[in-house]
Amino acid sequence: MSGSRELILGNIRKGLRRGALSGDALADCAERLAAPRPNLIPARAAALDHAGQLALFVQMASEAAALVHRVEAAAEVPALVAGIVDAAALPRQLVCAPAAAIAGLDWQGAGLQAQARAARQGDRVSVTPAFAGIAETGTLMLLSGAHSPTSLNFLPDLHIVVLSATRVLASYEEAFALWRRESAGEVPRTINLITGPSRSADIEQKLQMGAHGPIQLHIVLLGA
Amino acid sequence: MQLTSPDFPRNAAHALHDAALQRALGNLKAGFPGKRAAAVARLPEFEALRDLGRDLKNHIIEHLDYYLEQFEASVQRQGGQVHWARDAEEARAIILGICQRAGAKTVTKGKSMVSEEIGLNEHLAAHGIEPIETDLGEYIIQLRGEHPSHIIAPAIHVNLDQVSDAFHQHHQQYGKHERQTEPRALMNEAREILRDKFLRADVGITGANFCIAETGQTVIVTNEGNGDLTQLLPRVHIAITSIEKVVPTLEDAATFIRLLARSATGQEISVYTTFSAGGRRAEDLDGPEEFHVVLLDNGRSQMVGGEQQDMLRCIRCSACMNHCPVYGAIGGHAYGWVYPGPMGSVLTPQLVGIEHAAHLPNASTFCGRCESVCPVRIPLPRLLRNWRAREFERHLTPQGYRFGLRAWAWLTRRPALYCGLTRLGARLLRWLGGRSRRIRSLPLAGGWSAWRDMPAPQGRTFQALWAERQRAAGMEGKR
Repeated sequence: MSGSRELILGNIRKGLRRGALSGDALADCAERLAAPRPNLIPARAAALDHAGQLALFVQMASEAAALVHRVEAAAEVPALVAGIVDAAALPRQLVCAPAAAIAGLDWQGAGLQAQARAARQGDRVSVTPAFAGIAETGTLMLLSGAHSPTSLNFLPDLHIVVLSATRVLASYEEAFALWRRESAGEVPRTINLITGPSRSADIEQKLQMGAHGPIQLHIVLLGA
Repeated sequence: MQLTSPDFPRNAAHALHDAALQRALGNLKAGFPGKRAAAVARLPEFEALRDLGRDLKNHIIEHLDYYLEQFEASVQRQGGQVHWARDAEEARAIILGICQRAGAKTVTKGKSMVSEEIGLNEHLAAHGIEPIETDLGEYIIQLRGEHPSHIIAPAIHVNLDQVSDAFHQHHQQYGKHERQTEPRALMNEAREILRDKFLRADVGITGANFCIAETGQTVIVTNEGNGDLTQLLPRVHIAITSIEKVVPTLEDAATFIRLLARSATGQEISVYTTFSAGGRRAEDLDGPEEFHVVLLDNGRSQMVGGEQQDMLRCIRCSACMNHCPVYGAIGGHAYGWVYPGPMGSVLTPQLVGIEHAAHLPNASTFCGRCESVCPVRIPLPRLLRNWRAREFERHLTPQGYRFGLRAWAWLTRRPALYCGLTRLGARLLRWLGGRSRRIRSLPLAGGWSAWRDMPAPQGRTFQALWAERQRAAGMEGKR
């Protein structure tokens, strides 16, 4: 209701003893939105070189109970995934993101039956691309779109994420800045920051993995 | 929900004698504070981040009207809709309207304290729409017909066997006849049953920890992934949140993300931090078709510029209650409304009226642990004291108490009389203590001494001892 909008904004302005923002204050706030700047970024990752950031990423992701694998080339990914699927004693089937870098891999050659689509009830394994990795906390950043439907990140029991080592960055801020550069202002429906597999401690504060989302999160670091 | 804050003393006494609750609260005290301390110790910049969090929130509040308008414009640019609700009633009506237009029969819900604040579940159910809580803790207490007792661990008061009982009773209808007793098995059962609910729901309702003015995104933070399934699978996503959750940019959100999980569970970051903007894009293969944000005021806009304004900085991490000796002794339900602990004792009088919640700001020794762990440095003891002053001004305190305070004020303004009387009092109390040096019963304080002895003072006042020391120090100085 527009009446409430005006009432709420009016109350705020009355409390601040001013009308709508104007002059320098308005320009400062507008500038803050138009050209976002990082606040304090911890030195933990930012002070390292790229090799150090990669090592930190692996350490932090592992601490968060993600399983990290490293391969030299994309062509090695299907065989690695087949190994993961076999180790979990699951049928050799998966759903993968339609992104060419994932869907275009030779899944059949590794004995896997892959379908490129959104996830459905009953899907056990998914493979998706990551936009970036964040070394500070071992976090993955995934963007939604036709190339990577969000349901793949949450419905299957086992989520496998392929991340190029060159896209491991120090901080959330670096990942956001990279996204702004590459997206030209197009905001996807969903940005997911994912750090380890789903969990809950709601029963007597005892931590259990696999609450509603994936029970296992695998990260395949490419070109490491 | 039913407000029982006026019964706080009785609620608290009841809680202290509830053995099951006391056992559950032991889990809380053994868990959160230690985990937070370890996480904080790992990040040298944490104290600087707290300063930054405080300053950033103050900047936002001082420009709240601007950032809210910008957020609204950004949401619209992404194809979403923003609804402004002045109070709980209007928020309920907006959400019910959206659900009814969507022809909703069932609604899945991610965890949202604002939805508790507006009594959303009861309202939807009364209109024939079934609300299903999907956060495991919220699901447990929904089955038990309860409300959250903690803002991030809603079922902290429930023991394992009580979860077993609740699932055994309510899951028969899904063909689950075996009583599960292991946390793992209980969680798997809930996962299986709720998965089906996620897929069938017509509308998904989540909260929002942050609203980003720059991009028009709402942000949720979860460990389970339930919030994501809630907002991803149904045709309509509604995010219900309050006006002070807006932040300017993604970078500003990143600062609060660094503070939030560390202060709450001691995690570096929660498992899922999800930014949502608008509905499904033309080329998307999944996602909701409609995206609505409901911005609730419910008295918050009137806190701007007032003496309780600092409370608007709160990011709902729960550190204050996790470290509060009063919360740790009685749990959250005793507080009698939605928000418990120190932050609740400041917020509840604001939202329901001090006349209904005057006990809450008094349930504190002002020990200051809450302020010492608050990620945005809210001076919680000072805000509680403000409420006590308002309570006194509005004559809500009992007559005897008011008389005592007035008598005390009169006395302390007369130093000579004060010194004389306290000298006499100290001697009298020493005499009363006798050989045992303990006083078994005190006149006018029978309630206090019914449970414990008072150690007798050694006979001289602090002022007398202080003066003597000063004299001794003075002589030493001359030597």
